[in-house]
Amino acid sequence: MLFRIEPRAETSRFMKHAAPLLSALLAMAAGSLLFLFIGHDPAYAFYVFFIVPVSDLYGIGELCLKTSPILLCAIGLAIGFRANVWNIGAEGQLIAGAICGGGLALQLQAFDGIWVLPAMFVAGALGGMAWAAVAAFLRIRFNANEILVTLMLTYIAGLFLSYLVYGPWRSPTGFNWPESTALHEAARLPRLLAGTHLNLGFPIALVVACAAWLFIRHSYLAYQMEVGGKAIKAARYAGFGRHRMIWMGLLIGGACAGLAGVVEVAGTIGKLREVVSPGYGFAAIIVAYIGRLNPLGIVLASLLMALFYIGGEQAKVTLGVPSAITGIFQGTLLFFLLMSDLLISYKLKWTGFSTASGLSEPHGNG
Amino acid sequence: MKVIYGVARPDAGTILWEGKPEVVGSPAYARRLGIGMVFQHFSVFPALTVLENILLLSPKGTRRQELAARISELSQEYGLPVNPDATVGMLSVGERQRVEIVRCLLQEPKLLILDEPTSVLTPQAIQELFVMLTRLADAGHSILYISHKLHEIRQLCDTATILRHGKVVATVDPRQETDASLAHHMLGTLVPSLSKGTSAESGAQRLIVESLSRRAETVHGVDLENINLTVFGGEILGIAGITGNGQAELLEAVSGEWQSPSARNVCIDGTAAARLGVTRRRRLGLVYIPEERLGQGSVPGMSLVKNGLLTVQVGKFVRWGVIRMDAVRQFASKCIEEFDVRPATYAISAEALSGGNLQKFIVGRELLQAPGVVVAAQPTWGLDVGAAQSIRQILLKLRASGVAILVISEDLDELLELCDRIAVMANGRISEARAVGETSIAEIGRLMSGEHEPVPANAAGA
Repeated sequence: MLFRIEPRAETSRFMKHAAPLLSALLAMAAGSLLFLFIGHDPAYAFYVFFIVPVSDLYGIGELCLKTSPILLCAIGLAIGFRANVWNIGAEGQLIAGAICGGGLALQLQAFDGIWVLPAMFVAGALGGMAWAAVAAFLRIRFNANEILVTLMLTYIAGLFLSYLVYGPWRSPTGFNWPESTALHEAARLPRLLAGTHLNLGFPIALVVACAAWLFIRHSYLAYQMEVGGKAIKAARYAGFGRHRMIWMGLLIGGACAGLAGVVEVAGTIGKLREVVSPGYGFAAIIVAYIGRLNPLGIVLASLLMALFYIGGEQAKVTLGVPSAITGIFQGTLLFFLLMSDLLISYKLKWTGFSTASGLSEPHGNG
Repeated sequence: MKVIYGVARPDAGTILWEGKPEVVGSPAYARRLGIGMVFQHFSVFPALTVLENILLLSPKGTRRQELAARISELSQEYGLPVNPDATVGMLSVGERQRVEIVRCLLQEPKLLILDEPTSVLTPQAIQELFVMLTRLADAGHSILYISHKLHEIRQLCDTATILRHGKVVATVDPRQETDASLAHHMLGTLVPSLSKGTSAESGAQRLIVESLSRRAETVHGVDLENINLTVFGGEILGIAGITGNGQAELLEAVSGEWQSPSARNVCIDGTAAARLGVTRRRRLGLVYIPEERLGQGSVPGMSLVKNGLLTVQVGKFVRWGVIRMDAVRQFASKCIEEFDVRPATYAISAEALSGGNLQKFIVGRELLQAPGVVVAAQPTWGLDVGAAQSIRQILLKLRASGVAILVISEDLDELLELCDRIAVMANGRISEARAVGETSIAEIGRLMSGEHEPVPANAAGA
């Protein structure tokens, strides 16, 4: 072996915070290079992907719109991740939230009070929590791995939504499309800015992020969860019950993802349909880590992730490349982040052939 | 020694082996030269069996059955019983070290390096080890013995080289020295001697463990059988024994990390507490200083401020679920100041402190809560002589104020110096506590090896 991976004596605090930024730049650069290989001018592709989408007010509105659900999911996940609760099924909890929030709106079509929207948010949060609670219960009762359970529950939620929009909730006037009737005005998030699609979902997500920041920084519960995440034995020693951490981690994650579901249904989409999220819940996992599980970092990271989404759409229109390019950017971003994290804690040491020579020349005169 | 064994490389200088300069490029090469090493921190694979672990370091083509036979033979010869087919992960720490020693001896090394080998052995086993080492030395093997136990060095070694902060400070004939003069070399200053003082006359039964039995939850665990012990106010009760004989299980049962179904198994200051959790036992005045400082007693990656909050009664420090950082910071500063933690800054992360300073912080955090009962596991394990002495002095001061103290330790010298009474744990049972003056090292050693079974277990509650 020519290289050896060795732990570093000291890890740089600066690099720890700079690494997400560096990975973002590297991912952008690598992505642009990719365009070169498929026959596009990389500089122009970069311009189309990252500059054009946010060059006007409308584009910025779209960016914020996409950011909202990602941010909400990532915030909830980060709180769980800090306690080593591996909820990776925010996507499913988002769908459960969309079903509950959207379903409630469909039942309340006769009402147009100001309370309709808050009721939808409560229902959505409860739906997400219920979906996550299944995983928490199975984990505690049967020690079932929450990574697998939350992931599998995502598919169940997706198929259940399909069943609803193909079956009982299908719009009678929708030309047989698998979607519900459009939500009535009282169940829609109000627009904030003329000339854009920006709605109340974005400020709601920011408020949740602020609340999470306060919670993490000042609450005793978050402290206990962090101890559980950093040193499980210390948590036991201190008497912080593990079960409570698992419940809290999953329920908070589920509630936030549920809110994201309502934001999508009541905001951008305006009805229930077969697909309510192009994988925001999964993107949120990457976002939580790029943001270093810190709410402020997560706000920035979710803006970046949203840019990947709309950049991908823009590239599809302008350059004619498949929108799967978004997934490639997500992947490279995560790859570079993991790589820099490895290099922050470890160093590559050039060993050359010295180990081998030490063996083959036992009487070498060092 | 890592350089000698080929684990690390020297920046400068040469090593002469049998008169020739050698570059020891790897441990495998060191072994081929005839250098064997037993590390203090074990380098065995827990998932493999003893035999497989040894096979890994054996020359190619070694037959399993032959090796197993040789292991049994060798371990018989030197009184180091190991079962070749046991999975290492299931062995106690003491047994794991035996595997290491046996593995080393199998290679018939010319130079045997031992790093703190006696920390997990009974006094008899130490004597046996010494006999064996002397035999090896007489047969022409060289032995490099690293230890901070000065009397061992004086008993065993022909020459002693004393290192301080990576520099050789003296080379002496240990047989001509005293413990005090060796310690003086090691520290550069004189070690403060321990003043035992008098014990308080309170005499109340502050911690009682009664008929405690517990089934092991994992295959690695040890069943506790009918444990009885009483710690009076103003006394230090020591529990001797080799790690892995039920100490961890007993500590969990006393601290509240494990709760017994029968409440009277553990009484703290008269309250039946065995069904209470950690926090509620702390409210009764119990504090616990765990063996593992980083990762159990403190959280790595968290500042001393946050580590100060770990075990305190939250009343003063948390309002409406919100941490009152000012109060916690004050507490951490007080802890650092009163217990002389260095560097004296609460912003520092726990893992950045030396073992001794971290232990002082943990001890301080626990003792500032005005405890009635203190449980300490290996309180001075791995600390330098100065820090160890100051921890012991703190415990003695606490004893004088009427606190009941339970110390579980492998360091017999420490227990003899510190305790009023000593009990011995072996195979999940505990012997009757005897006053230090009325027992002997020989007797304790016999109990440690489990030869003499105490009262037959009546298996109450099992």
